[in-house]
Amino acid sequence: MLELRHVGYETGENKEILHDISLTVQDRFVAITGPNGGGKSTLAKVIAGIYQPTSGQILLDGVDITHLSITERANLGISYAFQQPVRFKGLRVKDLLSLAAGKNTSVNDACAFLSEVGLCARDYIDRELNDSLSGGELKRIEIAMVLARGTRLSIFDEPEAGIDLWSFQNLIRVFEKMYEQTKGSILIISHQERILNIADTIVVIKDGNIAQTGPRADLLPGLLGSADAASAACSVLANKVEGVRR
Amino acid sequence: MDAIEKKLLHEVAELDSLPVGAYNIRANGKLESRNTTAHINIVTKEDKPGIDIFIAPGTKNESVHIPVILSQAGLKDLVYNDFHIGEDCDVTIIAGCGIHNCGGAAGNEARHDGIHTFYVGRNAKLRYVEKHYGEGDGRGKQVMNPTTIVHLAEGAHMEMETTQIAGIDDTLRKTSGDLAEGASLVIHEKIMTTGDQKATTDFVVDLNGEGCSANVVSRSVAKDVSRQEFISRINGNCACAGHTECDAIIMDHACVLASPQLTANSVDASLIHEAAIGKIAGEQLIKLMTLGLTEKEAEDQIVNGFLA
Repeated sequence: MLELRHVGYETGENKEILHDISLTVQDRFVAITGPNGGGKSTLAKVIAGIYQPTSGQILLDGVDITHLSITERANLGISYAFQQPVRFKGLRVKDLLSLAAGKNTSVNDACAFLSEVGLCARDYIDRELNDSLSGGELKRIEIAMVLARGTRLSIFDEPEAGIDLWSFQNLIRVFEKMYEQTKGSILIISHQERILNIADTIVVIKDGNIAQTGPRADLLPGLLGSADAASAACSVLANKVEGVRR
Repeated sequence: MDAIEKKLLHEVAELDSLPVGAYNIRANGKLESRNTTAHINIVTKEDKPGIDIFIAPGTKNESVHIPVILSQAGLKDLVYNDFHIGEDCDVTIIAGCGIHNCGGAAGNEARHDGIHTFYVGRNAKLRYVEKHYGEGDGRGKQVMNPTTIVHLAEGAHMEMETTQIAGIDDTLRKTSGDLAEGASLVIHEKIMTTGDQKATTDFVVDLNGEGCSANVVSRSVAKDVSRQEFISRINGNCACAGHTECDAIIMDHACVLASPQLTANSVDASLIHEAAIGKIAGEQLIKLMTLGLTEKEAEDQIVNGFLA
């Protein structure tokens, strides 16, 4: 269980990005949504240790991790899939999956992780993570790395971006399977209704504050009717919401 | 051969026992052992130090190992090796030089200068692998100045892989090539310098025959206060294709100079150069740290991957 107590983050120029965030993550799927520039990605980076909070406390299963490094948090069981995957000249998909899994990944293991994200292992394990891969391919490999880690808290920053050619349904299936295997929490930053639709809890971050938080059934209908929902409601979605209401 | 020499042999040629096929092992300036085969003959030069290697036309899937090792402090070794590769061959040549300069005083450098000349016959295919390695706790320097001269006949193809990862204090690597019609040359160079080492590489390729091509690619890592210079000149003298690329990671207080040059002497010459020098991107380190690696482990992974 992840707990944030009054977490704040200020940049070096005294610009306050996050103010007094208190949040408990213990459900399967927690979706963080809200307008661009509201502090969602900053919050994910503060949890992963990429940014150190300037105030407050972060606890993972009761252990204070506020001042732990990125590496220490990773080893305690936090995974983080970047919004913009990083390219590496010379490192291959197989190398990254092995580093993520903490052991040499066999072709069979790699195949299991890559096929989950719709890639054929045979075509990819020896590919370098360089400019020859498309943004969508990199994004799927980024997700496969989190699968290979199998940790108790997995954070995904806009996992749906750039994977249009694949499908949302598959992405959602990946999250569901990941939960079955890890029984850990999955924190997803997303604007996408279809992802919000699987969340147990939705957290709306706006101007560095938690604007709203609560069960999906309570929040989603209101969000879809407001300007804060990043994507406009469509009839398909409205039907889904109706389904939730029923 | 003692333990130090065996280790050097392992580092430069990945040999733990005598290789299969033709070989010529030179240790401390003298012939250690040699083997020839039905198609590959090795002959000691009479007018100067070195050997001539003759590979009969049509020889396929054979290899020649010619490692050189130096384990005596202060030894200076100079060899001229000429390779005569017959028409339609398909062979691999593995060369390498390992220096262990133990207990040498400052100024007492161990040095190996190898001058390799290749005459690659028509439609022959050659893979040439060269690895340089130095070690030793003495203050005497390890110095290597390899010179490689390549003559490719019509339709010949040569792939050259050169690696210098550790331990060479000072090196000037000169490579020159001339290509006839339809010939192709691919060079992959990998260099890492540490401490106050200096490495200079200088490539000159003349694309002389219609439809010939050259691709010269260098990847390097410069650490500490080391200095590297990469000079690559491709001269397109006809309808040909040339590409040269230098990609360097710079760390600490190192210095890297990249100087690719292209000369087109024909309107049909298609020539490209690329050079990029930069430090390891912070986001690469962060990504690997989110997988549980420490910053140092992440840096090592990135460097090793880059030079793999």
